[in-house]
Amino acid sequence: MASITLDHLAHAYRPNPQGPQDYALKEINHVWRQGGAYALLGPSGCGKTTLLNIISGLVIPTNGRILFDGRDVTHLPTEARNIAQVFQFPVVYDTMTVRQNLAFPLKNRGVPREDIDRRVEEIAGRLDMSAVLDRKAQNLTADAKQKISLGRGLVRSDVAAILFDEPLTVIDPHLKWQLRSSLKELHRSLDLTMIYVTHDQTEALTFADTVVVMHDGAVVQTGTPEELFVRPAHTFVGHFIGSPGMNVLPASVEGRTAHVGGAGGVAIQLARGYSALPAGARIELGVRPEFAQLAPAGAGVPVVVKRIDDLGRTRIARIEIAGHPASALVPEGVHLNGDQAGLMLDPQQIHIYADGALVAGQGGA
Amino acid sequence: MMEKPLNNRAWLLVAPVFLIVAFSAILPIMTVVNYSVQDTFGNNQFFWNGLGWFQELLDPSTELGGRFFDALWRNLMFSAIILAIEVPLGILVALSMPRDGWKVAATLVLMALPLLIPWNVVGTIWQVFARADIGLAGWALNALGIPYNYTGDVISAWVTIVVMDVWHWTSLVALLCYAGLKSIPDAYYQAARIDGASRWAIFTTIQLPKMKRVLLIAVLLRFMDSFMIYTEPFVLTGGGPGNATTFLSIDLVKLALGQFDLGKAAAMSLVYNLIVLAVCWVFYTVMTHAGTERPVREIAS
Repeated sequence: MASITLDHLAHAYRPNPQGPQDYALKEINHVWRQGGAYALLGPSGCGKTTLLNIISGLVIPTNGRILFDGRDVTHLPTEARNIAQVFQFPVVYDTMTVRQNLAFPLKNRGVPREDIDRRVEEIAGRLDMSAVLDRKAQNLTADAKQKISLGRGLVRSDVAAILFDEPLTVIDPHLKWQLRSSLKELHRSLDLTMIYVTHDQTEALTFADTVVVMHDGAVVQTGTPEELFVRPAHTFVGHFIGSPGMNVLPASVEGRTAHVGGAGGVAIQLARGYSALPAGARIELGVRPEFAQLAPAGAGVPVVVKRIDDLGRTRIARIEIAGHPASALVPEGVHLNGDQAGLMLDPQQIHIYADGALVAGQGGA
Repeated sequence: MMEKPLNNRAWLLVAPVFLIVAFSAILPIMTVVNYSVQDTFGNNQFFWNGLGWFQELLDPSTELGGRFFDALWRNLMFSAIILAIEVPLGILVALSMPRDGWKVAATLVLMALPLLIPWNVVGTIWQVFARADIGLAGWALNALGIPYNYTGDVISAWVTIVVMDVWHWTSLVALLCYAGLKSIPDAYYQAARIDGASRWAIFTTIQLPKMKRVLLIAVLLRFMDSFMIYTEPFVLTGGGPGNATTFLSIDLVKLALGQFDLGKAAAMSLVYNLIVLAVCWVFYTVMTHAGTERPVREIAS
């Protein structure tokens, strides 16, 4: 099978790119392990579809190489690579039946008839589509069509990786869960590398073992869903993942104390020391609302409460810390009087960022 | 459960359309129907003839029936040739048209040019162009040793009319197909590449099915126009040599305005009209149902 290596890969859509601003995709080095379930997460226009199209061979990168198991495939055409792709909008061949659709990639590759029949039956069984094999693909629902386009990838025994380009966009919400869990199941039973592009964090976090977060054409963090949540490597990751996202407050740091709001602001105790912060950098303090709990006024850091949103399971308070907006949890049983409250922070979960990037602190507690 | 307010004054909104259609279509057609069952010797005197003209028209052994069926076969043959050439050629042209850049605008303008020329001018252009003595095409063909003279030779006349129509109308088919091709999302082509489809497979499985609707329009338009063709052959050959290029419309005008046989001409134009309608209905039905699934008949148990 195949692991996919991106080696100094970069792409610009305009010819003769000068600086980094011309690149739709900035330099990336990454290895997609064989059999991994990856999500490529980022807002629209961050370059994730470009990256996907480079892997599938629909776009030839400006710089760098792509290796499948060490073999350079950078300039190989799509059909010569062992990949399949599922697109945002379901692509089926309208005039064909489901069976003919599934057989199409094999027929084009000259696979013997009996092998095709066996393989199509097998994949249709896995996708729960045996009953509709002889229906016209055109007349099926969007989720069934999306399963057909997935099936056209699965029937090929040479396929090592399947790429998904926001495949659930046009699927009804109640079917999304179903389709996503059948994807996970297929992934477990078939030992395929799956790369799933999405801008929906729930889809990414539930589908993938490893999430690659992209921003402005660059990879900002690669990690398990838990790592992205607990230790965002970039303030963007903190913002983008989580609902609501991480609180990011401009701060200045001295030793193990952060000051928010300058003179007359508040002091926040840190679990680690930051002695070697780069001079002149924009220093920010980041803490997720889940690790910031409101308490009655007098305890912890003094804050002003603006509004409380009841989300059913939890209550989220919109607050201001020394004039900077933030969010925090309101624990069960806490009653607040007036707009003054205290904020209890978990020092272990406070991160310090310099110019957006996470700074590792020294020592611990 | 009908809770919709009923208000008969709504009919007033339909009245203007009804009036326009009445004066532009219903009244003229009824006038023709009226003529078709009568005979006249001028002086606005009419005599009842019942279905006599229709019986004569549909009987090939009579003079009227004979010339009608001759012209009808000629016309059907002409339409068949036109469709057989212009539809595949139009698709081919559309497939090879550029997809982006300044070339698109240039090609579109170039393609639209023949469509903008008035029909009698088209006829005149080709009449001069194909003349054996001073026309570039006619002179060149004869110079190459190919005997060519559209005023005297049946084959030459037919070839000239067909080439003229292809020159005039293939653009229309091509432009319609081009619009159909442009509406296919890129993902289809990308999926086909991943599936390893050949150029021919892409054409038959993606492009042709997606062009079905515009092709239907193209076929209907080209059939109707070629079946009702009048101006260009009238200018080019005047229906000759002999009656070799006398199509139905030319014959109809000869009958109605040349011989002033209003009854015969009215009967002929009604039948002519019905044929156009019938053939268009067949095309429409066949092409909209081609490739669709037959509805599964539920058997009540």
